[in-house]
Amino acid sequence: MSNIRERLADIVGERFVSDKAEDLYFYGRDPGLMPAVHPDWVVLPETVEEIQGIVKMAQMEGIPVVPMGAGMSLSGLVIPQKGGIVVDMKRMDRIVDINEKARYVIVEGGTSTGRLNAYLNKKYPRLRFSIPDSPAATTVAANVMIHGQGRLTQQYGFNSDMVSGLEVVLPSGELCRIGSCAISNEWFSKGAPLPDLSGLFLGWFGATGIITKAGIKLYPRKLLRDVEIFVTDSPDFIPEIIYEITHTEMTEDINIFSQPLPLIFKDNHHVVIYFTGDSEEEIEFRKKTVFHSLDLFIRNKDGGFMSVGAGMKKSLLEMPQRNASTFADVTKGGGFEYSGPIITIDKYPQCTRKLDELAHKYDLKYHGTARIIGRGHAMMFAFSFTFNRSDADMLDRTRKALHEASQYALSIGGVFWKPTIDEQKMALQKMDPEFARLLKMIKTNLDPQGIMNPGNWESK
Amino acid sequence: MFDLKFDENLCLSCPTGACLVKCQYMELDKEQAKEEIINIFRGKDSPVLKECVTCYACEEYCRRGNHPFYLITQRREDKGILTAPRAITRQWVNIGEPKGKYEVGRISKKALSFGFMPQFLDITKGRLFEDVMPSYFFGQEFFCNVVYIHFGNTSVIKKRLPGVIKQIHDLGVEEVVFMHDECFAAFDSLGPAFGMQIPFRSVHYFQYLYERLQTLKDLIKPLDVKAAYQRPCSNRLCSETHKYLPVIMDMIGVDLVQRTYEDENALCCGSIFRSMFGYDLAADVQKRNIDDMTDNGAQYCIFNCHGCQNAMTAKIQARGIKPVHLVELCRMAIGEDPEKGV
Amino acid sequence: MKYSDIVHRCFRCGYCKFTDDYQEFNCPSYRKFRFDTFAPGGRMWLIRAWLNGEIENSERFQEILFSCATCGSCVEHCAFTFRDDLVNIFISAREELVNSGKIPPAVRDYFKGISIQGNPYRQPAKERGAWAKGTSIECYNGHEYLFYVGCVGSYDEIGMRTARAVSTVLTKAGISMGILGEKETCDGNEVKSLGEAGLFQSLAERNINMFKELGIKKIITLDPHALNAFKKDYPDLGGEFEVIHYTQVLASLVESESIKFNPFPAKVTYHDSCYLGRHCGEYDAPRSILNAIPGIELIEMEQNMENSFCCGGGGGNFFTDILGGGSDSPDRIRVRHALATGADILAVACPQCARMLEDATKTEGVQDKLLIKDIGEIVSECLTGLKR
Repeated sequence: MSNIRERLADIVGERFVSDKAEDLYFYGRDPGLMPAVHPDWVVLPETVEEIQGIVKMAQMEGIPVVPMGAGMSLSGLVIPQKGGIVVDMKRMDRIVDINEKARYVIVEGGTSTGRLNAYLNKKYPRLRFSIPDSPAATTVAANVMIHGQGRLTQQYGFNSDMVSGLEVVLPSGELCRIGSCAISNEWFSKGAPLPDLSGLFLGWFGATGIITKAGIKLYPRKLLRDVEIFVTDSPDFIPEIIYEITHTEMTEDINIFSQPLPLIFKDNHHVVIYFTGDSEEEIEFRKKTVFHSLDLFIRNKDGGFMSVGAGMKKSLLEMPQRNASTFADVTKGGGFEYSGPIITIDKYPQCTRKLDELAHKYDLKYHGTARIIGRGHAMMFAFSFTFNRSDADMLDRTRKALHEASQYALSIGGVFWKPTIDEQKMALQKMDPEFARLLKMIKTNLDPQGIMNPGNWESK
Repeated sequence: MFDLKFDENLCLSCPTGACLVKCQYMELDKEQAKEEIINIFRGKDSPVLKECVTCYACEEYCRRGNHPFYLITQRREDKGILTAPRAITRQWVNIGEPKGKYEVGRISKKALSFGFMPQFLDITKGRLFEDVMPSYFFGQEFFCNVVYIHFGNTSVIKKRLPGVIKQIHDLGVEEVVFMHDECFAAFDSLGPAFGMQIPFRSVHYFQYLYERLQTLKDLIKPLDVKAAYQRPCSNRLCSETHKYLPVIMDMIGVDLVQRTYEDENALCCGSIFRSMFGYDLAADVQKRNIDDMTDNGAQYCIFNCHGCQNAMTAKIQARGIKPVHLVELCRMAIGEDPEKGV
Repeated sequence: MKYSDIVHRCFRCGYCKFTDDYQEFNCPSYRKFRFDTFAPGGRMWLIRAWLNGEIENSERFQEILFSCATCGSCVEHCAFTFRDDLVNIFISAREELVNSGKIPPAVRDYFKGISIQGNPYRQPAKERGAWAKGTSIECYNGHEYLFYVGCVGSYDEIGMRTARAVSTVLTKAGISMGILGEKETCDGNEVKSLGEAGLFQSLAERNINMFKELGIKKIITLDPHALNAFKKDYPDLGGEFEVIHYTQVLASLVESESIKFNPFPAKVTYHDSCYLGRHCGEYDAPRSILNAIPGIELIEMEQNMENSFCCGGGGGNFFTDILGGGSDSPDRIRVRHALATGADILAVACPQCARMLEDATKTEGVQDKLLIKDIGEIVSECLTGLKR
């Protein structure tokens, strides 16, 4: 395999391939806690053809290929478990096309959420997409690939539900279009009315192919946004509060957080409710409706709307929220990771209690965050711990706490979101064997040599 | 140990029952008013204890030296009658917890107190404050804690305020200019009402501004604007300071528009109402208040309290009124530009 | 290493490499190389790995560290509280490499030139004032200001052109100033940013002593890099002077209406030098000058002020060229930004930017479409004299 580097250089150009120790070091890890595994090569393709070339060559040589966006899953999804080639997609960051009236956009596989957001702000101020709170560097394609969630998730579900078409380089190196774009130039649907094959790729972390283009749905952007926070002193009220708020169908997004610091947040649970409107009247009507939906809690003194200061409001209204990243510096240590199962909203109280218990048991700084998915159909609950990267003992305690959180989440019926390799194994063990067999059948058929992001969704 | 000094006889002989008769949120006549306040004093149940919205105004309405609102809030606590949702009270109690993050400038005999509001550091600049700055302090350690009377929670005040008094005293200051009404009231009204000794002289910043403007009067260029004043609840605890406001406005050439809701009849900013009672009361009060400003041609709304300013800024701006803190307005009048920090 | 207690705090979230609207990558070395290792986060993680013995000081590691243009865009955009130290951290790591003796040859050559001749051009010190021949600028002799020109203004062809224009304009405007001529020596800003702390200190001390001996209190700099060193680093070494950039002098003359201009019809875009802008916080002065000249239509590039995209010359790269080369070279990208505005002139306020960008117009083959002009040159072409 000594000439692999040269062959990769022939495909992408000398400048954009590396087998240097520095690059292998960096691309062999992510900010989370999964152990590092160094790739053998890192390549930075710029075109679909280059990616096809890389995959075909890898297929011929039996070399693993791991596509990577910003590498910010925190759960090590782009750590090349068996070495091989890491394909950094970020040079493919063009916005290919937009259909304003049909409200969708097609972006290349390495386009960052930040870039798409900036583009829409400037060119299409009446359109928006579901921006996750991951850093702006994270890519649109990777975000839908991991079933990410964003600011519109309470209205429209997982960000992957908002996909409107895909272009994928299959493990064979062939290029395949998925959805309406398979038979039309229009990218309005990822499946319906055809058989929905997007599921062969979404949620697979690149184990079945590399997304080179993603169509995603855009939504009306209102002129105004605002945020209110309903606080309650007991997690037991949360499911009912969420049920009432989602019943109104008046909100843009609903998040919940609880954390011990700063003191203002101690011992309370905060339901962060986002509103949009094209006029003051519209937004006020929505607020009024939501406030009234919670009157009973207010009258019983079980909860109330706190005053949100200008600074806090600004930070909450940011998209993405930069302070979602700065949680990493709470212990002045550059790291955080969370176990983020998808659970039903009635599990909120027990999850938050478990989080407190784990944080105390392992002496960790933490916060609990939840994001409502759909009209209360589910929530992502993040057991989130911040750690000091230079404190080995703290890293160890954090790993243990996360592992326990994952076990707990699975035991109460939760399903892992963007699971680590270890969590994937736990999930495969627990799941319906026929489902696991079907997964294996798909993987084997699409990628018989097992070169695509190997280790992921692999059962024995 | 700190018991409220309250003289029942003053109520028994009260010719007006003004404390509750004038209440903007309850309908009581003179006899009912006297009866209820005496009932409350004697520890009996009273609908007032449930219905009071904590606007503080009765502290001002009582001209006989009693402290009806301190009494109400004390009795609510005695009887476990919650004013606010538990989580809101908890949050506020947590906010005031000392956490070692206070800041003390170069303290001299006279100092400015910002309570725990660092934003005062941004506005207490320029000629008006050159006499005293950088002698200032702020932080939870210096926070008056008076806000907890909104929450029927005097025990927190009794627990924390003596420590705050000591902290300030330990700075070695003789005179403190308080930039917030509640802080001033803590040492001028509430503390003494509960029998606390205050070992320094308390000055309200209205008085300070008035005196500074006198000194700097050659610099004043009348602003020639029409403004409404948003009088905060906390000014009711030190209502004698309210007299400075029209005088200062006159000095700096601001035309205080005649309003329905001014002076004793001022309306709450709605902030506390919103977190205690939800949408309707706050929305109603805010609407009446802001309508009253626009109807009377106010170009500016002058704030004395950052809490009011936070609650109302977006709403008044939407109606074309500019928010400004009193300090900033005074600075503008002497030719400074607070927005540029000059 | 200094700051070794901070390097592990980077989360590598990547905010550092963007403009503030996240539209573009604003880190010049990341924009060129595109490996995450060449972004500020990559550097942070690799510095830590190197300190921990997980990687070695290799050519690649040196390329990664020395391709940083110290432009400060990461300082502007990082989400964390330690962001103010990002560039300092990279410079400290370079210091460690310098101390270890394993550094890129181009960097070594630069230090050698400065140590021996006092300039990196391998030119004799006595040629330092040659640019001033034919101008009326005097040698410093108790003038109100020292006009400090710096290496690029003294030896680089374009730099000299700029120095002549600026000195002519300021002299004409009645500013009392003189130069050091052959006595001038390097200000050391690039020496420091390339990690040679000892050499920097000796240069700075020599300069400070000379300035003091000559009774200099106020300094006007041609080069924003010198401005930065004099303002930020010299005070710690006992050199407290009143230092301003020449655009700031011109801007105050404009504001006081002490100078007036003939019409200068042109579409002009302005490139913020990183050391004048992000490092020293001056964005308005150059713009106020251009806006005061009748006929100039000032058109902003999308990446401007705090979001300005570096020409690639900072952090010593002007001399070492570790960051340059290829179509994604920052100077060429910047020229394309300027062309996109439809401007005919790309105005600059830094001789290093001027040289970088003028070379890039040639490489891009657009020297006929886009002229690079220092603000001093523009002013010299349209200044009519003093208003009375």
